[in-house]
Amino acid sequence: MSVLVYIENRDGQFKKNQLELMSYAKKISEASNQDIVTLSIGNVKEEEWARLSAHGATRVLNGENLPNQIDNEVFAQALFAAIELVQPKYLILSDNNTGKALAPRVSVKYRAGIVSGILGLPISYEPFIGKKRAYSGKAFAHVKVNSDLKVLTLSPNSFEIKESSGNVQLEAFEPTLPTPKTKVVQADKQTGKLLLSEADIVVSGGRGMKSADNWGPLEELAEAMGAATACSRPVSDEGWRPHHEHVGQTGKIIGPTLYIALGISGAIQHLAGVSSSKVIVAINKDPEAPIFAAADYGIVGDVQKLIPQLIVAYKELKQ
Amino acid sequence: MKILVCISNVPDTTTRIKLAGDKKSVETNGVQWIINPWDELALTRAMELSEQNAGSIQSISVVSVGDASVEPTLRKALAVGANEAIRVNLVPADSYSVAVQLAEVVKQENPDLVLLGIESSDFNSSGVGAMLAELLGFASASSVSSLELSSSGLTIKREVEGGTEQLECPLPAILSVQKGIALEPRIPAMRGIMMARSKPLKVVEPVAVEPLSEWIELELPEAKSACKMIPEDNAKELIRLLHEEAKVI
Ligand SMILES: Cc1cc2nc3c(=O)[nH]c(=O)nc-3n(C[C@H](O)[C@H](O)[C@H](O)COP(=O)(O)OP(=O)(O)OC[C@H]3O[C@@H](n4cnc5c(N)ncnc54)[C@H](O)[C@@H]3O)c2cc1C
Repeated sequence: MSVLVYIENRDGQFKKNQLELMSYAKKISEASNQDIVTLSIGNVKEEEWARLSAHGATRVLNGENLPNQIDNEVFAQALFAAIELVQPKYLILSDNNTGKALAPRVSVKYRAGIVSGILGLPISYEPFIGKKRAYSGKAFAHVKVNSDLKVLTLSPNSFEIKESSGNVQLEAFEPTLPTPKTKVVQADKQTGKLLLSEADIVVSGGRGMKSADNWGPLEELAEAMGAATACSRPVSDEGWRPHHEHVGQTGKIIGPTLYIALGISGAIQHLAGVSSSKVIVAINKDPEAPIFAAADYGIVGDVQKLIPQLIVAYKELKQ
Repeated sequence: MKILVCISNVPDTTTRIKLAGDKKSVETNGVQWIINPWDELALTRAMELSEQNAGSIQSISVVSVGDASVEPTLRKALAVGANEAIRVNLVPADSYSVAVQLAEVVKQENPDLVLLGIESSDFNSSGVGAMLAELLGFASASSVSSLELSSSGLTIKREVEGGTEQLECPLPAILSVQKGIALEPRIPAMRGIMMARSKPLKVVEPVAVEPLSEWIELELPEAKSACKMIPEDNAKELIRLLHEEAKVI
């Protein structure tokens, strides 16, 4: 019996959220007294294995010859092959585009219940009960899974990275996969940029930023802080920022350690997507803006003026 | 071409969630019910496609799994422009229960394209679309943010971790759609509302299904403590507090 975790690489590297996932899977394997097996797909840089090792990985099914991004149906077949091989009690994935696309397929194939976007460790193992967001962050649900195989997709930033000693043993993983029904004609990558799902700190702009041209300083602040950038819905609707940055009830639901809201009023639909952030900072020129009711720290003031000052203050701190 | 749009009936996005006495569900008194925002985008895109490709789309149907209380939401979809509605008479326990019912409907109705939102704003499980795809074995993609008809089927864009992909997708297909797929959702006009009353709304009985998970309890987030306000001319103080007090930078 084992815990199977799929660790996803981006451009051959394992990002922070994947080390979080590795630490989490390790913890589940210890708590439930099972072996841990890691699945990796696509080409991974040599030095990355040591990092995975340091977070508890031992046996690794290394699908290095499989393409990194594949059709969901075909990708699911690769997962099924790994499941047949190791017969896991738990399958653990990230709650990101990949996990969202694959977990439900495993669920159907093996009649396995899912806790999607599970927040940290389960409330109980026997019976298995996990906590997740519901009503777009306005509530939490306790979900009980009755099946033998449990599928968990871990919500980013809900479990602390923990170092533990592992000893990676790579094992070639070469399942035969069917031809995909869909065909990729073009792929665009956001290279270098930190993704919302990977970020500890998120710097977010609203309509109070006034126009697309004013995003330079906001990006500079994000860059200095090692943060990802996000925005409110009207900002992406206006085309000031790309859709994938839109957070809130109808965008991405995030829970970073620090969320900085710049010129965002704090509508209920916006807050739904960010309220589980550990610390919220709001800067808004309107002292009555509802964002202040949800924030931990606030400044009533003009974002144009304050962002450059924050950059200076942050750089001073880090000197 | 026939399009089927799956619709989930959810509380309006401005709803303040209160728990019902059983702590397993939410208080529905005074709640306004709407088409799940992502499903609404799917429906909007279906309408746009049928307008832009005159004659190539024969019908747009909508389906929801739920008791009679979902019918007003289905009528709204009809008022916006769907041709017919189907309700599967089951209050579903989990995503799997929904997907199994929808798969049956697809087998009966034979749509060429099934569209649904990436998630529903109540359960937030993102399960149904990919489950349905797996149950039916259709071509599929998730996190789809753009959809056009092409000579061989569909041209779509999907979001993947760290980028986007443009795909050629044959029919029949199932797509879970998200932001970007359509412009503003449509508000039903009076004429649409009148017409919706006479459009067919078919009720079908569910097939047997064993849920794989259950919600045993709901809780509300803890109330936040008061916001600490910092004078406008003191960005430095904010940074200091984040570092020394909150310890997040
Ligand atoms: C179905 C539905 C779903 C929705 N989903 C989402 C969602 O997912 N995410 C989302 O964000 N919204 C969502 N909304 C929209 C939401 O209701 C609000 O309209 C939106 O969040 C407001 O965005 P904003 O705060 O950027 O803009 P505004 O509400 O216009 O607020 C701008 C703020 O900036 C401040 N400001 C202006 N100038 C300055 C300055 N120079 N310096 C400092 N502050 C300044 C103003 O005081 C104001 O508080 C949804 C709405 C609906 C109906």
